[in-house]
This record gives sequence, structure tokens and C-alpha cells, in this order.
Amino acid sequence: MEGPTVQLVVTCLVDALAPQVGRATVTVLERAGCQVEFLAGQTCCGQPAFNVGMLTEARRMAGHTLDLLDVTQGPVVVPSGSCAAMMTRHYGELFAATDREQQAERVGSRVRELSQFLVDDLGTGLRASCDGCLVAYHHSCHGLRSLRLRHQAEVLLSEVEMAELEGSEECCGFGGVFAVEMPAVSAAIMNEKLDRIEASGANILVGGDVSCLMHLEGGLRRRNSKIAVKHVAEALAGDDL
Amino acid sequence: MTAQPVTFLGRAEAIIGTREAQLVNQGMRHLTEMRDSAVAEFPIMDPLRDRARVIRLHALANLDRLLSHFTDQVIEQGGEVHFAADADEANEIVARILEETGSRLVVKSKSMVSEEIHLNPYLEARGIEVVETDLGEFIVQLAGDTPSHIVAPTIHLDRHDIGALFARKLGVPETFDPTELNQIARDHLRQVFLRADAGISGVNVAVAESGSLITVTNEGNGRLITTAPRVHIALLGMERLVSRWVDASVILEVLARSATGQRLSSYTNVVTGPRREADEDGPQQLHVVVIDNGRSQILGSDTAEILACIRCGACLNICPVFRTVGGHAYGTVYSGPFGSIVTPGLLGMEPWWELPYASTLCGACEEVCPIRIQIPSLLLKLRARAAAEGRLPGWLERGIRRYTNTVYTPTKWERAKRLAHTLSSPISRDGWIRRLPGRGRGWTAYRDFPRPARESFSAWWRSNRGT
Repeated sequence: MEGPTVQLVVTCLVDALAPQVGRATVTVLERAGCQVEFLAGQTCCGQPAFNVGMLTEARRMAGHTLDLLDVTQGPVVVPSGSCAAMMTRHYGELFAATDREQQAERVGSRVRELSQFLVDDLGTGLRASCDGCLVAYHHSCHGLRSLRLRHQAEVLLSEVEMAELEGSEECCGFGGVFAVEMPAVSAAIMNEKLDRIEASGANILVGGDVSCLMHLEGGLRRRNSKIAVKHVAEALAGDDL
Repeated sequence: MTAQPVTFLGRAEAIIGTREAQLVNQGMRHLTEMRDSAVAEFPIMDPLRDRARVIRLHALANLDRLLSHFTDQVIEQGGEVHFAADADEANEIVARILEETGSRLVVKSKSMVSEEIHLNPYLEARGIEVVETDLGEFIVQLAGDTPSHIVAPTIHLDRHDIGALFARKLGVPETFDPTELNQIARDHLRQVFLRADAGISGVNVAVAESGSLITVTNEGNGRLITTAPRVHIALLGMERLVSRWVDASVILEVLARSATGQRLSSYTNVVTGPRREADEDGPQQLHVVVIDNGRSQILGSDTAEILACIRCGACLNICPVFRTVGGHAYGTVYSGPFGSIVTPGLLGMEPWWELPYASTLCGACEEVCPIRIQIPSLLLKLRARAAAEGRLPGWLERGIRRYTNTVYTPTKWERAKRLAHTLSSPISRDGWIRRLPGRGRGWTAYRDFPRPARESFSAWWRSNRGT
């Protein structure tokens, strides 16, 4: 199967804190028949500054990302609903009525979150498989509500046994800088989520955003929990599980 | 009484993990479930939400015209209209009306705008007795507490708290039975109603075409207040108007469903003018006090859309932050997602600029808002305003600046990743950090943080795939 050439944007968190998710994303995209290109020089989409309200800084970071991607063509694939939403939805707002407006629109319209790209665009037959796994899936908010992702991950995980997770569409309390600015509130929301994950009986937690997952995994570790945490790309890559 | 913590986080930390927090969370989940099932059985909810949004935005865009028409109609019906630029003026107007009508005892139904302007203490300081008659507000007043939710003011209390409170304050035998508690309040309040000189109410929707005031309640008290006493004073937030009755009907359809999951509140009370000659009851005088108190300023700003809010509380009920900390953490009557937008607008950015940061930006609020107000986007606008005005704490501003400078220059980013891995060596175990330095302590107070990787993804790509 010959797939398209894609530009991989791994996000700053994957690059620095979870490179295994980036490697799994490459594996999965190649298995789906894609040619993967990765531009050195990519860093951060600018969401941290944007969410704090520091728009000058957000525009600098976003402008850097736009310039980098604008010389390429084809789909831009991001293993994060949150960063993909930043690029598809908020770049337009950031650069409205500026000379980058069209560039933001041009690049933004090429951006796809990984599961969205695999299922909606490629119609891939790839499915995660895992013997003895009972998976709880955490729908991250920005993918769920900004990008309207839901069924994509369910399709990719359809051959895995899924646990019933109460409130699987409720926020985990991460919230970006919120997690550091208001840590007690963030952690209280997280703990309610972790209680539910533990109550679901799952032995593996899967999600589409490293940001929420590192927050949840960090919390599970404090509880000495045995529940493993994986990005959906890792679940699909399989041999990394 | 100990001083209240001055920041949202301080107040939140004092509430998290307490029984209050637990009761709020349970209550919010219950109200959200009620809302969801009401919406599920009402197939035209979504188109009606679209319609309600158009109606409210149209009203805001034509507010001057609607207010003028509304005023003419109220006067035509025999009422009086007063305009208050701020809280002080509103309180003075109410006090003057009460003085001129010789009113010493006032009964109130639920009015959040009266909480906003701190009417009760103002009147009490002038020797006027004010009695809240909404059951929740009555309990809050007896307890010397403040409402923790705009729709459900006592959601942070349960029947045991209330039973003990009634026994202590009203001298009745202690009971924890909700029906009996209700009866105790009713018996007590009925006596007050019969003696009251004036009634003060809020307004849910004002209809410009007829000068009518609509209040929705689930207790009969709102209706008694506007009919039994000689004088009725209605406090109207300046933005709560719609043009026509057909518009009001749409608002009512979405309001009760979103607020409590009811198709319609138990009482939908409409007041159009004071008592007429042929009427059997009703007040001799009707005064409408139209309160600005910062609303004009919001209307002229980039957060004007929040004035379209109809105060259903659905955004509070579904908000993960509100569920965790409750209304008291917000430090003001308007709490939760909509309150975090309204409050800095009404009361000023200092110290309220921090409220828009009390959100994970999860977007659940926008999904349930009956007016489809783009709440996360408004929160972001206020954050941008706070940042532009230089209000952010130094550590945060410096942190973002430094991060921007680093990631803007790929070579610096490469160096930073390597450095972070090296520097984290002494504080890491099994690839995780148990205690971060500086502001990172907030993170590791509650969860581990992943150690920066030895080989970043881009380094791996360079070695294995690079050209």
C-alpha cells in the first residue's frame, strides 16, 4: 500500500520527555504505508504561551512552526490532539488580520491528529492488539471537544478488550500551566480520575496526548499503581508494549 | 472569624478534601445528570440553543433601544424605573424607596444581583430588617454564610447541617427530615410574609415589548413576594432583556432544562405593572432598579458575549474545577466558568484577573451552555488582557519568556534538552523525578515528573533516519 508523504510534528513534550511515543508514531505511520519526514528545527507549537495569554511569545513560537512547515506539502501529522487543535484552530485566531493570516490557514488546514489521520484520512486497517490487556481509554479534552475526535481511537483499539471507565470524557485536571499554577486543584481533579481508572479494573491506560498521560502516570506512580500508561501510537506499534 | 485567604488557590486549598468539596461534587454531578436527561428527551434542544443565542446576542446589540422601550412600557403599566450606575447607587435607590414607603421589614426572593451589590448589609446597617425567603438563601442567611452556587446556594450543605442550624437559630426540635425542615422554614417565613412591608426580587428575563418581569423559582416564595407586600422592588441586571414574548419563551425552554433538568420551573412568575383597580392582589407600587455596575464596560469590551448568559449554572455544574472547589473558592457571588469572566469585568481586573486562570480549558462548559457562549475563548481573552497589563506573577512570565527564547532557536532547544537530562540525574530514579526544584515543586508535590530523555526524539531521528 502506497501512502502519502507526511510531515511529522512530534511536539515538544514528546521530543524531550517521551521520545518513545515519537518512535512509535514513525513505526505506525510507516506500517500504514506513509513516507515519514521530520524537519529538524521543529520545537514547540506555542500553546503554553498562548494559554497563559502571552500572545507576543505565542506568535513567535507559532510563527517559527509555520515558517518551517510552510515550505513542505502534504499532511502534517501530530500525535497530540491538543497541539493539533492549537495549530488548526488557534493559529488562525493568533494571526487574524496579520500578514501571516493566510499562512496560518494554509498550514493549519494540513494538520491532522494521528488517530484522525490514520482512521479518517487513510482508513487504515491497523488495529492494536494486546493479550491479557484490559484497556481504559482517556479522551483528552482538546481532541474530544476542539477536534471532535472520539470514534477514531475506538476504531484503532477495537480488537483490544476495553474496560468501562466512568467519566472517560471528563477532564483529567492537567490543563497545561494550570498543573503548575494551581497544583492542588489540578491534583484533586487528577485523583478523582485515577480513582475511576483503578476502579475500572484496567491494567493499561491509553490516551492520545502525552501531556495528560504524563500527569496521570506521574499520579499513578505516587500510588504505587501497577497500571501501565501508553500513548495510542505505542499501543498500535505493539512490540513496544 | 479567621481572615479568608486572598487568592483563589488559597481559598481552594482550604476547601479541597473537605466535606464541603464532597457535597459540591455530588451535587454538581447530580445536576449535570438531570440536565443531560432533560436534553436527551427534548429533540429540539440544539436548534433552540441556536435560537436562544441569536436572541440574546440581538438583545445585547440593541440593548439601548430595548431598555428605552422596556422603561416606557413599565411606566405605561404604572411602575417606576430607576437606573443605577453602580452598586452604591443601586443600594441608595432601594434604601430611599423603602424609606419613602415607610418599609421596615423586607422579604426577598432569590436575587444574585443583590448579592453582587451587597444589598443586605447595606439595608441592615440602616435599621431595615431583611429576610431571605428562598429556602436556600434563607439557610445561607441564618448561617451567616454566602451562596456557593448561583442556582443551588446551599449545595455545600446537607440536611444534617441544616437541621442543626434550624435547631440552633430557630429554637425548633432537631430534625434531619427534608420535609419537616421545609415545613419549619415555611411556618417561620409565612409569619414574616404577612408582616412584610416590601418585597425585593431579582429578574430572570425582562420583556421589553410589555415591560414584564419574569422570575422562575421552584418555591412559591417568589410569587408571594411580588403580590403580598405593599411595595415590590425588582432588581434587574441591565443585560437581562429580550425584545418580545416569543423570545422569552425560547429562553425559558432552555433555562430550566439547563439549570435543573426541569422542562419548566415549578413557578414561572410574570409581573407586568403594579396592582390595578380590578386586581385582587398585588403591590401598590412597583419599582424596577436597572443595575449597570460594570456591565456597560463589559459590553464595550472583547468579552461582551458573556452578558448573553442567562445564569442557568450548567457551566458550573460540569466544570471539573468548580466541582472540585465549589463556589466559595471564587471569592465572589459569580463563580465557575461564567463567573470567572463576569467578575473581572464587573469588579475590575485587580485582584480578579486570576479567576480566568482557574480553568483547565477543557471546554465542557461551552458544550452545555444553552446560549453556546464560547467560554474557553473568553477566558483566553481575559488571560491575554491580564498578561498584557503585566499582572502575571514574575516566575510565570519569566518562565514563558525563557521557554520561548529557547524553543525559538533550535540549537538552544537541543542544548536545553541535553542539559535537562544531565541536570536531572541526581534527582531521578527509574526515569522519573520525585521532587522538582523551584516552581516545579507544585507538580511533584502530587505526582512524579518524567525525566527528560537521554536521547530526544530529534536526536534519535538524526542518528537513525537523518540525512
